Amino acid sequence: MAAFFLLAPLAVYPVFLMKAMCFALFACAFNLLIGFGGLLSFGHAMFLGTAGYAAAHAAKVWAFPPEFAILFGTAAAAGLGLVTGLLAIRRQGIYFAMITLALSQMVYFFYLQAAFTHGEDGIQAVPRGTLFGFIDLANVWAMYFTVFTIFLAGFVLIYRVIHSPFGQVLKAIRENEQRAISLGYDINRYKLLAYVLSATLAGLAGATKALVFQLASLTDAHWSMSGEVVLMTLLGGLGTVFGPVAGAFIIISLETYLAQLGAWVTIVQGIIFVICVLTFRRGVIGELGNWLKKPL
Amino acid sequence: MKLKRSIIAAAIAAFAGTASVANAQVSDGVIKIGVMNDMSSLYADIAGPGSVIAARMAIEDFGAAKKGMKVEVLFADHQNKPDVGSQIANQWYDVDKVDAIFDVPTSSVALAVNEITKKKGKAFLVSGAATSDLTGKACSPNTIHWTYDTWMLANGTGSAIVKTGGDSWFFLTADYAFGHALERDTEAVVVKGNGKVLGKVRHPLNAQDFSSFLLQAQASKAKIVGLANAGGDTINSIKQAAEFGIVKGGQSLAGMLVFLSDIHGLGLDKAQGLIFTETFYWDLNDQTRAWTKRFVAESKGKYPTMVQAGVYSSVLHYLKAVEAAKTDDGSKVIAQMKAMPTDDVLFGKGAIRKDGRKLHPAYLVEVKKPSESKGPYDYYKVRATIPANEAFRPEKDGGCSL
Amino acid sequence: MTEIFGVPTQALFGQLLIGLINGSFYALLSLGLAVIFGLLNIINFTHGAQYMMGAFVAYLLANKAGMGYWWSLAIVPLAVGVTGVVIERLMLSRLYKLDHLYGLLLTFGLALIIQGLFRNEYGTSGLPYSMPEQLSGGRNLGFMFLPNYRAWVIVASLVTCIVTWFVIERTKLGSYLRAATENPALVQAFGINVPRMITLTYGFGVALAALAGVMAAPIYQVSPQMGADLIIVVFAVVVIGGMGSIMGSILTGFGLGLVEGLTKVFYPEASNTVIFVIMAIVLMIKPAGLFGTQK
Repeated sequence: MAAFFLLAPLAVYPVFLMKAMCFALFACAFNLLIGFGGLLSFGHAMFLGTAGYAAAHAAKVWAFPPEFAILFGTAAAAGLGLVTGLLAIRRQGIYFAMITLALSQMVYFFYLQAAFTHGEDGIQAVPRGTLFGFIDLANVWAMYFTVFTIFLAGFVLIYRVIHSPFGQVLKAIRENEQRAISLGYDINRYKLLAYVLSATLAGLAGATKALVFQLASLTDAHWSMSGEVVLMTLLGGLGTVFGPVAGAFIIISLETYLAQLGAWVTIVQGIIFVICVLTFRRGVIGELGNWLKKPL
Repeated sequence: MKLKRSIIAAAIAAFAGTASVANAQVSDGVIKIGVMNDMSSLYADIAGPGSVIAARMAIEDFGAAKKGMKVEVLFADHQNKPDVGSQIANQWYDVDKVDAIFDVPTSSVALAVNEITKKKGKAFLVSGAATSDLTGKACSPNTIHWTYDTWMLANGTGSAIVKTGGDSWFFLTADYAFGHALERDTEAVVVKGNGKVLGKVRHPLNAQDFSSFLLQAQASKAKIVGLANAGGDTINSIKQAAEFGIVKGGQSLAGMLVFLSDIHGLGLDKAQGLIFTETFYWDLNDQTRAWTKRFVAESKGKYPTMVQAGVYSSVLHYLKAVEAAKTDDGSKVIAQMKAMPTDDVLFGKGAIRKDGRKLHPAYLVEVKKPSESKGPYDYYKVRATIPANEAFRPEKDGGCSL
Repeated sequence: MTEIFGVPTQALFGQLLIGLINGSFYALLSLGLAVIFGLLNIINFTHGAQYMMGAFVAYLLANKAGMGYWWSLAIVPLAVGVTGVVIERLMLSRLYKLDHLYGLLLTFGLALIIQGLFRNEYGTSGLPYSMPEQLSGGRNLGFMFLPNYRAWVIVASLVTCIVTWFVIERTKLGSYLRAATENPALVQAFGINVPRMITLTYGFGVALAALAGVMAAPIYQVSPQMGADLIIVVFAVVVIGGMGSIMGSILTGFGLGLVEGLTKVFYPEASNTVIFVIMAIVLMIKPAGLFGTQK
């Protein structure tokens, strides 16, 4: 996978790939929570949006260099994750999903009203700056490899988490919460940690995306964005490692290359949802892994 | 572990590979124009596929084939999202070698495309978006704002109504930047004309039910209820205003941003009496009627809105400028467009100012009663014509540094 | 004239009445969703699209078949209910053994498809639908002007809500239904055709959505996205009311209408969001909802 993203920009438009990588990271972060933690969040857009706005504001208005802008955005999302996690984590299943939806709607409303976001105009013309003081990110290749590094770092982190003892406990909680409690694990702490981790990495994706596109807008905080990340993860394969990346890639490609078809894009997305749920439940990577008989 | 090896490989490659790859040269053999707008949601009927039809008609009327110039049209749906729009703009300019982008309704997307166009030295002709910042704070030597803007709407509708006695207003404003801008500009005009604003209420975007807000408007007893909103919100406001007997009770509705397609969606029985400003109407004169007949044949019965007319006019003038300047370099063509006076069958004779503002007359229209309408889309009576030099914000007031 | 918090009492009463009317509309709209979730444990995200279909079929009946509003009230719910039955038979029935999540995702996907198809066909500016003659106009109540149609909305909603609640909670048919969803195997052993009951229940819920759509057509814009904006509000109502409780949804619908009405007077910009604030609070304190029981 690393090799693919390394070589792909020679053939495919780099900005498109950067967008795909940001969303792939977003989807991987989401998958951590639902695929491995068993918690469906309907409000993940609030982390993408918060990090985007925080990073954009930091870079444009406070003139932070890009590395600090991204760190600031990520930290903002982590903070929001902690607060919302504390409120939401005690509920399960559909109730958890609904609380996250409600919280994300309130966050959306806040961004709609707040002056610094400029409402639906968004924060425009965000400067990319120079990374570490000497790499000029206006150069598309410098930007590309920065995004690539960030994506890879996030992905590796998730991979390590999934395969660590912490990840095992998380899976145990997902499978049978009562049994995990009886074994002495403080499940709420584990779930909260998974949630905050997921929020932080989603924030990392959002902050990076704000610098790639040099803008932060309301769409990133809207509930339909939460729906999109569910779609990407579902399509790729819930609970697989590479699934969200594939899912994000497919969906972004669909949106970009079918943009000419107008209303058909939503129809196609709907059809994918339906097919995935009815017959294709393991998702693209999941089916592939099933066929190859090894977990992907 | 496989993963570790690939990480090392990636890290090496990442720091070694900051060499830039040369982009292919911009092709001069083909003029590529991109029509970007909302093809699938709120503004699909106002611009949408109709704008693409208008662009194609302009290319045909320009006679590109006969002059030996190859012109291609691309189109895409920006879904009213600035990030989708900027991604499409970047891809069009970098990969597809598009020379100029047209239309782009939704001000937030237009502002994003404006920035990208300036950075890459291409050309941007805005027909769909309304924000007057495009010829103000955000003005650029690569952008021309064609059909209408918020200042023109506020001034045209606002001052015309105040002059005819509508001197007390109540605003129903959509609670987002665009709505606030409309309300602010119109309030300024009303106050300047010695009118009074008796109250205002801000409703959330896409509110379905306006009964509560209309009740407040009724209670204010203002002569005019100004609708500082657009799209579905305007349609719902008007529909429910009819239900609550606002107009029957003696108040008048002023739409700040209304299009022909909105009236079509409402029906004359609900929309009659509504007053607003547009810069094009298909039934103005023989020339516009003839053009519309051609348009309708392509659009399966939908009549053109001013946004679509603006796309036609801007594409035509753009091609003329490319021909005169003998280049498709964005900055040079825009400069050429400003140097040449404009003339087409839809907007008549006009000019483009230094700050990128296209000038043409505006029309104050009133929606006909159902009994007065004699044919399809026969919806407007033209109440007044505002000459080009008065319709738009004076250049010095914009804050544009060009 | 007396004032409460700066608002004259007369105006306040007018707003409260409007809030009540809107509440009755929310109650009607969430009734179908409450029935489907309460009895079938399916989270029907397609509800908004089915509401929209109701309005559109009413428009088509009026324009293509010359049948007016009153006919539509009877025919449209049946027609759209049938499509619901088809969806249930073909797709939803396969998902009962799985997590609720999949039902939600399926219906979400279906909503996207239906809305996209209608958008393709009809555009987005909406279609005109005129008010039925008998219900147009209104009367001046002194503190406000009340359109007759709005009064009709309250009456129709109340009647429909009470009848539905009664059928499900107090009749034999309703008790079979409730038993069937609690323990389908046992009830089937008694000779009752459980799958058919489930199918018909889903169809009934969809028909309720379509009925709300017909009622909305004269006053709200008839456009493909009319359901999308309402769907999360409706969800909030059902969640707050308690996802298993029909009476809960009805009462919450009315209550929320009132709260929203008050918000529109004092802080109108937040009127769309106040519902979510309440939803978050209720979920944190009593996740099963105000009237619900934890499932």
